[in-house]
Amino acid sequence: MSDRSDMELIAALVPEGSRVLDLGCGNGELLTHLQATRRCTGYGIEILDQNVLACTRRGVNVIQLNLEEGLAIFEDQSFDVVLQLDTLQHLRNTESMLRETARVGRCGIVSFPNFAHWRNRVSIALGRMPVTKVLPYQWYDTPNIRVGTYADFEALARKGSLRILDAFGIQEGSVVRHLPNLRASVAVFKFERQ
Amino acid sequence: MQSVGQVEAKFEHFSQPLLLRSGATLPDYTLAYETYGQLNARRSNAVLVCHALNASHHVAGSYAGLARSEGWWDNLVGPGKPLDTNRFFVIGVNNPGSCFGSTGPMQPNPATGRPWGADFPVVTVEDWVDAQARLMDRLGIDTLAAVLGGSLGGMQALSWALRFPERLRHCIAVATAPNLSAQNIAFNEVARRAIITDPDFHGGHYLAHGTLPGRGLRVARMIGHITYLSDDAMEAKFGREFKSGAPGYSTQDIEFQIEGYLRHQGDKFSEYFDANTYLLITRALDYFDPAREFAGNLSAAFAAARCKFQLVSFTTDWRFSPARSREIVKALLDNRLDVSYAEIAAPHGHDAFLLDDPRYHGVLRAFFDNIAGESA
Repeated sequence: MSDRSDMELIAALVPEGSRVLDLGCGNGELLTHLQATRRCTGYGIEILDQNVLACTRRGVNVIQLNLEEGLAIFEDQSFDVVLQLDTLQHLRNTESMLRETARVGRCGIVSFPNFAHWRNRVSIALGRMPVTKVLPYQWYDTPNIRVGTYADFEALARKGSLRILDAFGIQEGSVVRHLPNLRASVAVFKFERQ
Repeated sequence: MQSVGQVEAKFEHFSQPLLLRSGATLPDYTLAYETYGQLNARRSNAVLVCHALNASHHVAGSYAGLARSEGWWDNLVGPGKPLDTNRFFVIGVNNPGSCFGSTGPMQPNPATGRPWGADFPVVTVEDWVDAQARLMDRLGIDTLAAVLGGSLGGMQALSWALRFPERLRHCIAVATAPNLSAQNIAFNEVARRAIITDPDFHGGHYLAHGTLPGRGLRVARMIGHITYLSDDAMEAKFGREFKSGAPGYSTQDIEFQIEGYLRHQGDKFSEYFDANTYLLITRALDYFDPAREFAGNLSAAFAAARCKFQLVSFTTDWRFSPARSREIVKALLDNRLDVSYAEIAAPHGHDAFLLDDPRYHGVLRAFFDNIAGESA
């Protein structure tokens, strides 16, 4: 999660009392927030030891799994919401992960860095890969192995038979609904299986 | 870090017969146990620690005047340790059928006055849990803050959650499985055959014959020990080292370091462990299978559970592999129970659950810290 206001904008998409699965839940901050403010229940999935420990300290349910191995332990439609925030770009199997997200959850919410944000376009136009607050890595050490844009996701959702329920960009902690592919550094999509 | 210091075993006698899963009964029995820390006024801070194959009620601390007598989980249980005895009242119980003070095959059968030997009834994980629950009654503990166990002890912790769902708030099951695989039963069977075919075994009545099936027990322990270590850990510790630095071209002497190590472990074990107990406890492992009554559906079996769960497995543990812990996690998820699961990339194999990997102990400490917050 890039910062707290982004987290709250995304939390607002989660219905009260939802059963939530947070894929790549980090230190469990969002789940804690959802439990405290929206009466949600659920689990986080993490691969990193330090994040598993941080979640356990917070008293958040956390399951240590490698998302690349899929979501086979979760039954179809067993969650109200499956969150995949700032995670998708780290995974090799993006397309099957999205399919799995839509299988396990009645709805999915993803967020990821929008590479078509104008700053990134300027950087590329000037001949260098972008390094920004949302993309703080150099090209040679970035964990972001999937480089996509807001518009790319819309196309992938159509291809993968996902119905987009809501979509917007986030820039500096504010929702961007006008020209998000150009004006927002973060893309957010809420979707369900068609 | 401090130890709980000097401890003493306590004993409780139970004259009410224990009906066993096999249909047999244990007419009366004694349980050896130890406790560490103080039970609080609300009696809400008790944690039961269940032991695995070769351990006992002596979980932590040491015995007066006995060097190197630390409890088997002393690195986890004590003041300031992950299971902190400044905050929790910790109980270790020796299971019936064992050989460390509770009623078992070495003790006299009240019907004959001679040692039970092979006549000791077959006991299961469920029977142990029932016996432990009676000890909790005796100690005035209605609800345990947690039940904790590793390996076979983890099976007992899971069984608690199924048999007495209202009597525990948390279940911590480490390096365990929902049942043994065929390969796992096979290892146990090799160990049992080694014991049973020892000429000194006498059908299990070796005490009446004044013998001990030490050779069988040694081999049983050797095969067990191989399965508790990872290939890498064994390679790192022994590799292909020769005991005397070079081959001696002998088929019967100890040539490789690993052979010396295994023989030493076997010798040590055969001096303190009872052969009939080994048979009984490996059988309890084999029989454990809570899904069996639910046509193999583990999720249906866990429908009875109510408590919160913490599971831990170790990536190099091939005897109780992470995949087996994940099966339990799935059953808990299917029942919408609170569960956390840590998969620790420790190199030591199954033995890792007794070691103090900081990631492993860190997770247990964090989990117990939260329990302490709720139990205060």
